[in-house]
Amino acid sequence: MKPAPFKYYAPTTVEEALTHLAEHGYDAKVLAGGQSLIPMMNFRLVQPSVLVDLNNISELSFINPDENGGLRVGAMARHHQVEVDPLVAIQAPLLHETMPKIATAQIRSRGTFGGSLSHADPSAELVSVNVALDGRFRLRSQNGERWVPAHEFFIGLFTTVLQPDELLVEVALPAMPVRSGWSLMEVARRPHDFALVGVAAVVTLDENRLCQQARMVFLSAGDVPMVAHRAAELLKGQAPTRESIRAAAEIAASEDIDPGGDIHATAEFRCHLANVLARRSLEQAFERAAGNE
Amino acid sequence: MTTKFIGKRVKRNEDPRLLTGQAQFVDDVEIPGMLHAAFLRSDYAHARLLSIDVSEARKRAGVVAVFTAEDMGDDWQPGPPLVSPPPTVKDVIFHSRRQVPLVKDKVRHAGEAIAVVIAESRYIAEDAVEDILVEFEPLEAVIDLEKGLEAGSPLVHDDLESNLAAHLFQKKGDYEAAREKADLVIARRIVVDRGAAAAMENRGIVTDWDKKSQHLTVWDTTQAPIPIRNGLVARLGLSEHKVRVIAPFIGGGFGPKMMMFYPEEMLIPWVSMKLNRPIKWIEDRRENFYATTQERGQIHDVEIALSKDGHILGLKDIFLHDTGAYDPYGLTTPLNTQCHVMGPYDIKNFTSEVSVVFTNKTLVTPVRGAGRPQGIYIIERLLDIAARELGIDLIAIRKRNLIPPDAFPYEHEIIDQAFAPLVLDSGNYWPVMEKALEMVGYDQFIEYEQPRLRAEGKYVGIGVIPFLESTGVGPYEGARVTVEASGKINVATGIGTQGQGHFTSFAQIVAEQLGVAVCDVRIVTGDTAEFHWGTGTFASRGAVVAGNAIHASASIVRQKVLKLASKILKTPEEELELEDGLVRVIDIPHKSISLGELALLANPLRGAVQPGTEPGLEATAYFGPQYGATAFGTHAMILEIDPETMMLEIKRYITVEDCGTVLNPLILEGQIHGGVSMGIGNAYYEKLHFDENGQLLNASFADYLIPSATELPRIEVGHVETQSPLNELGAKGVGEAGTLPVPALFAQAIENALNNRDLEILETPLSPNRLYELLRPNEEKSR
Repeated sequence: MKPAPFKYYAPTTVEEALTHLAEHGYDAKVLAGGQSLIPMMNFRLVQPSVLVDLNNISELSFINPDENGGLRVGAMARHHQVEVDPLVAIQAPLLHETMPKIATAQIRSRGTFGGSLSHADPSAELVSVNVALDGRFRLRSQNGERWVPAHEFFIGLFTTVLQPDELLVEVALPAMPVRSGWSLMEVARRPHDFALVGVAAVVTLDENRLCQQARMVFLSAGDVPMVAHRAAELLKGQAPTRESIRAAAEIAASEDIDPGGDIHATAEFRCHLANVLARRSLEQAFERAAGNE
Repeated sequence: MTTKFIGKRVKRNEDPRLLTGQAQFVDDVEIPGMLHAAFLRSDYAHARLLSIDVSEARKRAGVVAVFTAEDMGDDWQPGPPLVSPPPTVKDVIFHSRRQVPLVKDKVRHAGEAIAVVIAESRYIAEDAVEDILVEFEPLEAVIDLEKGLEAGSPLVHDDLESNLAAHLFQKKGDYEAAREKADLVIARRIVVDRGAAAAMENRGIVTDWDKKSQHLTVWDTTQAPIPIRNGLVARLGLSEHKVRVIAPFIGGGFGPKMMMFYPEEMLIPWVSMKLNRPIKWIEDRRENFYATTQERGQIHDVEIALSKDGHILGLKDIFLHDTGAYDPYGLTTPLNTQCHVMGPYDIKNFTSEVSVVFTNKTLVTPVRGAGRPQGIYIIERLLDIAARELGIDLIAIRKRNLIPPDAFPYEHEIIDQAFAPLVLDSGNYWPVMEKALEMVGYDQFIEYEQPRLRAEGKYVGIGVIPFLESTGVGPYEGARVTVEASGKINVATGIGTQGQGHFTSFAQIVAEQLGVAVCDVRIVTGDTAEFHWGTGTFASRGAVVAGNAIHASASIVRQKVLKLASKILKTPEEELELEDGLVRVIDIPHKSISLGELALLANPLRGAVQPGTEPGLEATAYFGPQYGATAFGTHAMILEIDPETMMLEIKRYITVEDCGTVLNPLILEGQIHGGVSMGIGNAYYEKLHFDENGQLLNASFADYLIPSATELPRIEVGHVETQSPLNELGAKGVGEAGTLPVPALFAQAIENALNNRDLEILETPLSPNRLYELLRPNEEKSR
């Protein structure tokens, strides 16, 4: 389990990193925390001829507030850093609650926010949570930069809109509206395993305590983070009752997701779990929203 | 007997070294000029090898050599047969087919080694493996045990008529007659699937051939260095004192490191001699999943006959046992199943028939438990079903059938792995079970807790499973105990050590005899240069067999010490005591001499001695039991299951063990904790998924789930001591005990938790997904 030979660059600035990416294009892989890439290289499942290591670029490790009450997270912020950040705890409670559920403490001490998103594993918590939170991603290349909404960033299994010369440098998370509630629930064989199924839910109530918006984003339920559009439509304008939640969960599990089967769970069991988790997470999220007036 | 050291919670002598990273493991061995090996392994489970082209690999910079089966010439030989079938069983069929160093004609399991690359680094060696071109003719794989025995099945070994590797029939009493008289006969098919041992340290080997002295040194992660030394001597044509095999610290054995003569163990020393260079090969985790032996795959068609008051009248078990691609380890595992399928119960009429099947999967040899957990699972499942059908309490039906305490030694009659009819040396089963029931609060739980929690919507279940384990089998082990001039004691024994705490428990045995501090006894294990008679650490035998050999040697040294001290102190032996490293006159403490001084006096440099005098305070002794000692115990568990997600949480876990004399409770509890965690893996997490082509779908720790700290409960351990009459220490083995009842315990507790849902579990390992599948037909019925 030794990787195939590769060239290694360790730039100290984003500019420098972008130069390497522009030069090597598809031959290059970006090394962030390395928690997925290095095992894949050791298994020789990927054999990049060039590695561009971002670990010496200190300018990408920030977590800052923005002027609209939102949050900016640098691509090289470690999971652990996000987990213990007081600003995150206050402004992005869903994210704060998600962090300890990611893998193990060892992995969180090394893995990075941007690395997880760029890897685009549909089982990764951060992928779905960023879509649920309406995050926006800042991508840079030598030719400039662009902002891409999270829900447009992930286009397939381990596939994003990132061009080979582009780097995800920063994520912007908007402030959560008033009367909002959240929940992240997952079922994993062991707490640190990839979830068999999980769901990130963010709901907002209107002034009449009716559902203004309910966004559920499922993980391990398709090739990309799966947004429960039909369930959202069903809930919009409804009172969050036991019945309406139950109906939305049913729809979400039967029509909004497309999980595959593997040795850990059949597609059928995943749909069953999605239904259970959707119901439980909506209940929790609506309860929190009602308490957040 | 009152003891000063035996039975005390002594902290382990070896731990400071292990915990600070100062202990030597095979991969720590570095030798100047050492080369590294990597293997090309087959992706196919079953394929004819048409051609191999290694020319590109040989050209790669840094590659020193590449070997294929062809390159080995006449040195290419299958491994030695390790365990023959018991000659004592009538009409046994056994086809011996042994693993080969490198594939010559046909690949028989995925991961079988085809070529070895020797290079300046492991990196280069692995790069060069990718340069090798192999042309295969893929063949249909034999995966399913039943299909494998059907006429027209592809053959794992073309020279055999079928994939039947062995057939073995054993009986006692008359099952058919018992069945006639029965009020209830329950017939079921019960399936146990495969898992891996998944030791923390993978296998590894470093060899150093010194051409000038014609001496070969081998560091090997083996549980049995002496048989490996003997085998290498035979294969390489060297004399015994020219081959030294060292089994240093090893990160877990669990059976697969027993005395396999793995392809790599045959090949790496041979390459070292060919190239006249030290070679290192360290197995990586992916290789371990394909190339290190596994266990547990069996399919049982089983029938139990009972009277209406719940007495077992007879048991009939016809089963298939998966041996993988070869069967070097003979019938040990299915024999253990046959010997444990009656559990701790008094069953007079028994029939057992096993067909061992070759498959295109990794080899099967004993893994901690070694056929026993399957036996325990089957009898306990049947008793649960019987209790339900007869309306008898789960505990009552067991108590009713336990072998009574006055029946020991109990003639079990079934021939075991030692080739003789099993005799259960001693036992008193009910007090152990009773203690477990008390510890878990069984009655309280059933009467109050469970109904109360159910009313709160919580699904909580209880399980209680008794079991027995044959341990401490022969043939023998030996030890040499020496008092050194420093006053410290040196002990050498042949068995290897893989974390069992030998450096402490063995030291306690010696300290007890010689009156020295436990930390002043230095133990050497697993180095053929230090002690070269014995077999190895397996079958829960280290403490029993090597422990008693050490006890015997230390007792002789004690006599020598007393004899010499008596002469010097001019005091009769019976007035002397050994304390604090001194021999003292009882009641006159200042009249004493130290062991070190005695050791010097026992080895005079000048002058004359009486003819016949042996130098030093040293003795070598051996211990070989007449038959194995049988340990037993009961596990109890309370778990909660989420009836929607099938995720479960263990709330309480209790074990009560009776393994005779406890040498060190701290070490014993550690062994139990490890065993239980492996059992929990077997029950709910660890399953090797092979597809229909023999591809292993979860050959990594990302997908092969071993329970970790987050899944394991706090384990409460209780002890009862029924000493074995077969050895002076009164000890029985316990290394495997923790694993045995766990799958049966899970099945019982899950059924109990979901007792409103008509669930009958007939398989292990389980998983949330599998429980969902098992329950679904019931849900549909009830709709």
